[in-house]
Amino acid sequence: MAYPEMMVKPMREEMTQMGARELTSVPEVDAELGDQQGTTLVFVNSVCGCAAGGARPALRAALEKGPKPDKVVTVFAGQDTEAVARARQYFADYQPSSPSIALFKDGEVVHFIHRHQIEGKAPQEVARNLVDAFQKYCAPASV
Amino acid sequence: MSGHVFHPGHEELHGITVVVTGRSGRTYVGRYHERTPTGTLLHDVGVHDPATGQSRADYLARTLKFGVRAEQKHVVLPDEEIDEIRKLAEFE
Repeated sequence: MAYPEMMVKPMREEMTQMGARELTSVPEVDAELGDQQGTTLVFVNSVCGCAAGGARPALRAALEKGPKPDKVVTVFAGQDTEAVARARQYFADYQPSSPSIALFKDGEVVHFIHRHQIEGKAPQEVARNLVDAFQKYCAPASV
Repeated sequence: MSGHVFHPGHEELHGITVVVTGRSGRTYVGRYHERTPTGTLLHDVGVHDPATGQSRADYLARTLKFGVRAEQKHVVLPDEEIDEIRKLAEFE
């Protein structure tokens, strides 16, 4: 059951304001996640205040520090169902949950944060997890 | 908007992914919803049955890495089946 758009609009805007591109259709998802080069972060957004309410600020904080993915995109679970289902097809063995965060490098999932790793945690804690992953996978290779 | 909660007033575990150890030997992993008169309601539930041969430790390790493989959308566990309820995150 989708929530009224006016209720989720602020949650969509919170993502786009931090630079994420919102994907609402299957062709948009395929255009971003098919044949990837470099690093792409996919944030599966959710209305759940318990978890997504902490995950969005966590991502914003992580993106403000150090290296970051080449691209940040988002799909909204429970709202844009076809786009979400398509994005999850790219997640390989990782099971669906929302919110969740997948980091791709050259088309392969290299880091995944499930809902259970977000629930009950302070945004700073989730941000640290992301910053560590960005350091590992998004920092330019040293010569 | 961050921190906005659509479901205030629920139990502490509401919305949290939990591991329920069953007296039957089964283990259930799912999102805790609430305690009802007929039992505890979980959503998007994966079940480990020792009869499959996979150890519970392996099942939980795989669940931690890849997420909950939900086999049932909703499960109500009667009180007599529940031995223990813990957050999945505690197994990290």
